[in-house]
Amino acid sequence: MRVLAISGSLRRGSHNAALLRAAAEEAPRGVDVRLWNGLREIPPYDADDDVVPGPPAVEELRAAVRAADAVLIATPEYNASVPGALKNALDWASRPLATNAFRNKPVAVIGSSTGAFGAVWSQAELRKVLATMGARVVDAELAVGHAQEKLDADGRVVDDEVRDSLREVLQLLEAEVAPALVAA
Amino acid sequence: MSTTIEQTRALPTGTWTADTVHSSLSFEVPYAVATFSGAVTDFEVALEDGTLAGSARIASLKVKDEALQAHLASPEFFDAERHPELRFVSTAIRRDGDSVEIDGDLTLKGISKPVTLRGTVTGPAVDHFGATRLGLALQTTIDRTEFGMSWNMPLPNGEPALANEVTLKADLTLVGA
Repeated sequence: MRVLAISGSLRRGSHNAALLRAAAEEAPRGVDVRLWNGLREIPPYDADDDVVPGPPAVEELRAAVRAADAVLIATPEYNASVPGALKNALDWASRPLATNAFRNKPVAVIGSSTGAFGAVWSQAELRKVLATMGARVVDAELAVGHAQEKLDADGRVVDDEVRDSLREVLQLLEAEVAPALVAA
Repeated sequence: MSTTIEQTRALPTGTWTADTVHSSLSFEVPYAVATFSGAVTDFEVALEDGTLAGSARIASLKVKDEALQAHLASPEFFDAERHPELRFVSTAIRRDGDSVEIDGDLTLKGISKPVTLRGTVTGPAVDHFGATRLGLALQTTIDRTEFGMSWNMPLPNGEPALANEVTLKADLTLVGA
């Protein structure tokens, strides 16, 4: 199973990118978690530019999503919602809606924040957006609060509970992908 | 005379197949202040020796907006990829004159529930090409959340935009074999 991992944060020391790196380390045999790092290159959505093909960075994202069996998104929370850059990238990826790359794609949403709640509101909004796009949003929950306490000086997730949860999220994604593989 | 009484108490025996050009399977659901409706175009229905059965392809579900159509096909609603068909099989048919009640199992999104279709019977009557046609106009109301379709969006007044009760309609022209 190929999993495209998308961090909603652009920050160099992003806790959410760290979560995704930890997910890649915890991935069981046969699960390949690849981080996508093109978020910064995605231009602001403009319907005037929404032609075929779209901007190169957008087409790269769409191709990466199509090539993946599943997508794992780790998001921070900005003002109780999804960071603009991440939402913007999804808005591009959702076009055209009926045939967009996320349609029927198993997607898990996780998140972390330095506050106590681990980006739960942002995660909820992100799941709503993804479901509207036609994604197969899996019932996975991982909200990592006080994120700075769960990482070591090198930005590596050292909290065993978080690492266990990441394995569970990947298992849920695998279970969601499996029926489609059988049916194909 | 006894024949007449039997005819008004049961649907005719034999095999009757839906003429899909002159039949429709549609739904209506209250949305915001009006009614949202749509229909499936790829289906087959047959009444065979007292059992009404049919199936339809969700991929053929048509509504007036492409984006809404995609949303309806998505896992939030029908999940057309995993559950490409809807099905109905009757378990009991009760006719009283022009009125009919049909109990059966409806399968939507892989979930089967008993429902009762109510409506009217017209005919059988011979058409201008010599075929015998039987009309069935049926409808029932289901709770879409019982079939795994719980999407909603609150209106500014806090009320949900989309009702849970959905009316399903089958207007069937059945042609006798």
